Amino acid sequence: MWAFTLRRLLYAVPVLLGVSMLVFALIHLAPGDVVDILVPPEVPKEIADSLRQRFHLDEQLYVQYVAWLGRLMVGDFGVSFFTGRPVAEELFGALGNTLVLALPAAVLGFLLGIALGALAAYNHGTWLDKLFSATAIIGVSLPHYWVGIVLVAIFAVVLNLLPAQGMGFEGLPTSWEHVQHLVLPVVTLSLIPMGVISRLVRANVLEILSQEFVGTLRAKGLFNRRVLYHTLKNAAPSALALMGLQFGYLLGGSILVETVFNWPGSGGLMNLAIFRRDVPVLSATIVVLAAIFVFINILVDVLQALLDPRMRR
Amino acid sequence: MHSSWTRRASVPVAAALALGLVPGSALAGGTLRIAMTASDVPTTTGAPDNGYEGVRFLGYPVFEGLVLWDLKSADKLADIRPGLAERWEQDAADKTKWVFYLRKGVKFHDGSEFNADAAIWNLDRYYKKDAKQFDPPGGAVAQARNPFVAAYRKIDDYTIEITNPRPLSYFPNMLPYMLYSSPAQFEKTGSWAEFAKAPSGTGPFKITEFKPRVSVTLSRNEDYWDKAKVAKLDKMVLFPMPEPTTRLAALRSGQVDWIEVPPPDAVPSLKSAGFEIVTGSYPHVWPWMLNLAKEDSPWKDVRVRRAINYCLNRDGLVTLLNGLAEPSVGAFKPGDAQFGKPKENYSYDPTKGKALLKEAGFGPDKPVKAKVMISTSGSGQMLPLPMNEFLQQNLKECGFDISFEVVEWGTMLVALRNAPTAPQALGSDAMNISLPPSTDISQLALYFLSTNAAPKGRNWSNWKNEEFDKVIDRIEKSSDKAEILRDTQRAHEIIVDEAPWAFIVHDRNPRAMTKKVKGFVSAQSWFQDFTGVDME
Repeated sequence: MWAFTLRRLLYAVPVLLGVSMLVFALIHLAPGDVVDILVPPEVPKEIADSLRQRFHLDEQLYVQYVAWLGRLMVGDFGVSFFTGRPVAEELFGALGNTLVLALPAAVLGFLLGIALGALAAYNHGTWLDKLFSATAIIGVSLPHYWVGIVLVAIFAVVLNLLPAQGMGFEGLPTSWEHVQHLVLPVVTLSLIPMGVISRLVRANVLEILSQEFVGTLRAKGLFNRRVLYHTLKNAAPSALALMGLQFGYLLGGSILVETVFNWPGSGGLMNLAIFRRDVPVLSATIVVLAAIFVFINILVDVLQALLDPRMRR
Repeated sequence: MHSSWTRRASVPVAAALALGLVPGSALAGGTLRIAMTASDVPTTTGAPDNGYEGVRFLGYPVFEGLVLWDLKSADKLADIRPGLAERWEQDAADKTKWVFYLRKGVKFHDGSEFNADAAIWNLDRYYKKDAKQFDPPGGAVAQARNPFVAAYRKIDDYTIEITNPRPLSYFPNMLPYMLYSSPAQFEKTGSWAEFAKAPSGTGPFKITEFKPRVSVTLSRNEDYWDKAKVAKLDKMVLFPMPEPTTRLAALRSGQVDWIEVPPPDAVPSLKSAGFEIVTGSYPHVWPWMLNLAKEDSPWKDVRVRRAINYCLNRDGLVTLLNGLAEPSVGAFKPGDAQFGKPKENYSYDPTKGKALLKEAGFGPDKPVKAKVMISTSGSGQMLPLPMNEFLQQNLKECGFDISFEVVEWGTMLVALRNAPTAPQALGSDAMNISLPPSTDISQLALYFLSTNAAPKGRNWSNWKNEEFDKVIDRIEKSSDKAEILRDTQRAHEIIVDEAPWAFIVHDRNPRAMTKKVKGFVSAQSWFQDFTGVDME
């Protein structure tokens, strides 16, 4: 088991290196650099170029990359070209804000997804199945930024029950007023995981229910509840893999949902860094997010292996 | 507020208020909450980024220059007024030298004193590359907005001298863009990044809370030096909210009291819901800068440049924008004394436009083909996509075959800084970029002098007119106000008649606010005075 985990961890190293190189190269493919955005249109080229020298943007790309990687190795994320603030401060603050949103959205989306999927499968072919399946399809198909705008229009503008935008607090929510700020974005964000998980769980459970061992379990005289337990246990590994991926996406911070709700999270930070060509912020954000993504998947692999002995072979 | 929306909402709102549910229901007596269009809190060090919106909110309310804008009146173009300098004079013998007499008794928010040492320290911040306090991005902006500071020195504790590279009558007009921060506070915090967290200026508001990407809170400076302009508001909270729909929802749900630039199609519903839409004239131009350097540019013939100016249906565009713009027929506005009497009086006159095109050898079988670089968004760009699509349709009828090179804002800025023939221009024949203040002759000189042709300066068109250059030279050397006005009029007449730009519209500076906001005067400027505002 340990060897398995270690092997997985080692695989992560080249993946992250590749990601960091790709990011560095891609951002430099876009026309312009941070200086073009940082200084207003009226700043002439000559002055802009002197600023470029200060940021070492006139050096070869590989020199810039190696210098950046070297600093990263000793835990120095550098300083934002744009704001002059330490990248670590900006990045981990934003990640924290996204986590506050992603965690409840994941819990809500996963629980609803599993419940709807399992119930739909158990009631295969009935109106309940059709209703739940339709809900799942709507969840994955509707553009969630649109859902966000509609929810804001109803609950913030017309009914004036919930805030339209903003986080409204720092750190963790500690009062109902804080929680209010979470409701609309969490619901919006949970739709996609709900839909995706529910569809997968339904398909898996249906397939498992048709297998012979289920018939055997019933023949042994087990109650429905016990049969359900065995079915879900068999459906768990693939659902778990999908949940890992989905949680990774949520942590990346949905750029669109964070934009609609003006949420100061990692998606918004990344978006801002792209438009500002703020390489230190962008590369650090993507590498850290990729690392989180990779580690969640390793965790899922390990959990799967624990749940299903076949996976360990 | 008697709108249908308010009536519909009133029952749940009352219930929510009773339960204490409404966000922001605990309004302090005088807190004004504003949603800006910026995507982040503008820099809080006294050298704001985010264009002139940054200067509007985190410039003048907190920091001041030797010279400031007079933002009292909505009826006339904002002019300059004494700020941290009580008065100034140009040396009669050597017109390159200016003496500034600093105001006594001005204190920074941290309690330290503003004097000649502080002023020189700030000039070093912007111009002296090896100074400890040199601020590279802030310096780049100051040097660009104020390229004429060749030297400076302290004369005594309250007098300084600044030298220009050549005599420049309009130099004081360029000084409001350079703001002064506290040297003592910088010493205490150690760097501009740390200073940004605890800033200190001399303005009517002090920054009391700064949350990057979320908000910045300004509180009244009780000890402000100008007793007549001590702020009425207790606090002003500024939120960056780049998404127009989000700003709109924030205003309508009561999370903010004021939004910058409401989307034009939301104006009727905002009005009927009881919100105020405040608009006002201000020096903004939304033009197409015509590329005159390109080998095969159709604009090399002045008749084609005039033709496009006669073919533009500006009123139609204004209607499309629900009245949030006004037609532009020059860099200045027709009501401005500096406008002059150009020979060409552009109006929507397709017949005249077509006749000019015919003279220039174009016609229905041979339309003028031009590619215009437009951005998807950007500072001061209004709604570039629908507006340009409208113009494309409009100009087709007249004989122009317009295509677009749609780019992201950053890409456009890169093109702007390079020659119009450089690859960065992507082969464009024109660029739709709205450039800031055409308030006065100093700006006209920056955008149209042939010596400022891109990539050296801001004259992207690479337009060259000898008479214009001579007139500007005369203005720079003159100190006679009447003569300067006469020459400014002449310079503007040349610009209109020679049409290096297609003049399209001026923005109307729209803001939407609740009726609780009192005392706001929409000054004819990119900047506004918040000291007279209070909350009912």
